[in-house]
Amino acid sequence: MKKYTYTEKKDTRSGFGAGLHEAGKRNENVVALCADLKGSLKMDDFANDFPDRFVQIGIAEANMIGIAAGLTIGGKIPFTGTFANFSTGRVYDQIRQSVAYSNKNVKICASHAGLTLGEDGATHQILEDIGLMKMLPGMVVINPCDYNQTKAATLAILDYVGPVYLRFGRPSVPIFTAEDQKFEIGKAWMVNEGTDVTIVATGHMVWKAIEAGEKLAELGIDAEIINIHTIKPLDDEAILKSVQKTGCLVSCEEHNKFGGLGESIARLLATEFPAPQEFVAVNDSFGESGTPDQLMTKYGLDAINIVEAAQKVLKRKK
Amino acid sequence: MKHTIKELEDIATQVRRDIVRMVHGCQSGHPGGSLGCADFMTALYFEVLTHNADFNMDGTGEDLFFLSNGHISPVWYSVLARTGYFEVAELATFRKLGARLQGHPTTHEHLPGVRIASGSLGQGLSVAIGAALAKKLNKEHTTIYTLHGDGELQEGQNWEAIMFASHNKVDNLIASIDYNGQQIDGPTEKILSLESLQAKFEAFGWHVITSDGNNMEDILKALHYAKSLTGKGKPILNLMSTQMGFGVDYMVGSHKWHGTAPNDQQLESALNQLTSTLADY
Repeated sequence: MKKYTYTEKKDTRSGFGAGLHEAGKRNENVVALCADLKGSLKMDDFANDFPDRFVQIGIAEANMIGIAAGLTIGGKIPFTGTFANFSTGRVYDQIRQSVAYSNKNVKICASHAGLTLGEDGATHQILEDIGLMKMLPGMVVINPCDYNQTKAATLAILDYVGPVYLRFGRPSVPIFTAEDQKFEIGKAWMVNEGTDVTIVATGHMVWKAIEAGEKLAELGIDAEIINIHTIKPLDDEAILKSVQKTGCLVSCEEHNKFGGLGESIARLLATEFPAPQEFVAVNDSFGESGTPDQLMTKYGLDAINIVEAAQKVLKRKK
Repeated sequence: MKHTIKELEDIATQVRRDIVRMVHGCQSGHPGGSLGCADFMTALYFEVLTHNADFNMDGTGEDLFFLSNGHISPVWYSVLARTGYFEVAELATFRKLGARLQGHPTTHEHLPGVRIASGSLGQGLSVAIGAALAKKLNKEHTTIYTLHGDGELQEGQNWEAIMFASHNKVDNLIASIDYNGQQIDGPTEKILSLESLQAKFEAFGWHVITSDGNNMEDILKALHYAKSLTGKGKPILNLMSTQMGFGVDYMVGSHKWHGTAPNDQQLESALNQLTSTLADY
């Protein structure tokens, strides 16, 4: 097992804030919009340095999505910022008609996704957003795993023309990817090569997959760990190549098991290379109040759950 | 003026012929609101909008129009065709399989003149504000025009947008309301009363003007006055009284023709009331 260490923890939303600020410097067409959550989305640096290109919408997310769509018509590249719940479910029809169907170059940037939002509870903890967004034709869906990857993803979507959903979170998590990484939309990152079982993880679950890989190595199980940061378009080739070698797969995501990354992989395997799969995901449930760590444990999203899923799927392997 | 009032009225009559023929041709669509807005749309496209001959999505250097109540697509398609955005003959493909003239307007089929999909109601004003902000960022002094149904104002997103536009002094925007008092299930005052739209918009910080949307002279006067109000710190609302189905006697003023196509006999009766002026497609 390849050794991963970290010296610092940071929230992925700060990676977005840094990436947005850099995007603003690089391209004068970048416009940032927020719905009364400038601080939470870490948009202060952008707002301070480019006040003419920062739009405070107020608590009106539907209007924000529409305004973003309209800005593209004048050649602007709008980045909208609010919590993942208010970025997707609340404004689904606005995104569907004014952004996705109209093929507008809007970047929907969503913080506080998943259970790790913590104490605010289930009203704010969306676990369905990946599913909602990936079902929209033409929508790119990205869920980076740490500060550096989120910053890199934010800059990568600046250069991509078309609608994007970028999902990140609130808690401080280890920074273990390279600061100068090249982020390619739709390309998996091979975290660790192995032969016994494929573990595919996205977002905050990638570090947990690394922890699980270390525990599995102690048990004599050689896990291949792949980071899928782009859920749509999915890197079919990387996943198939891995499963053709290992013969089984565990998918890990901070999302409902329905509609998430795991189901996209299951569709791929069912049509191209049938193989046993286990899902480490929320079991069709809403969340609740608690600390992020408590919630990840209660809802079965810890490294130990990945270890157990790997052991289970290995038993089903032919 | 590029055209006389009489010329514009004649064009509007042809547009009305197009509308009833299109809706009859596919036996679906929304003739009532389309007919009611034929005068406004004719005035806007033939006389008021500065628009380039070649369509480009960004609309740099030209006025832009957004139709929020997308179901009145027949009237928009007719004026777009008759001002040269595409061949008039293409009107015959309305709502047919593979057509660029979809039931509700869309960019997906790349129809020149359309910059955003509309149909799911209440989204157009937000989009228009975004386009207006882009014009300001680009230091352009062109104007954004929109059209909305009155029933459509029951959608809450409008009021988010109305609040935003005045707070942010979006003063390069002229929104018009097709104030016909009808919606699918009946009169708006019975379904969900709009109360005084003038008082509401004024309370939200807009400059409100009123006009008769079925009187060409009054429409032009209103739009030219509205234009003179741009750049003065307030968004502008043209509260335009219309009659649903205007121009076809058996359709006038009734919500029953919101989304119903005429049969062969009704088509003949309608066309007998509307003299062809620019030749049918």
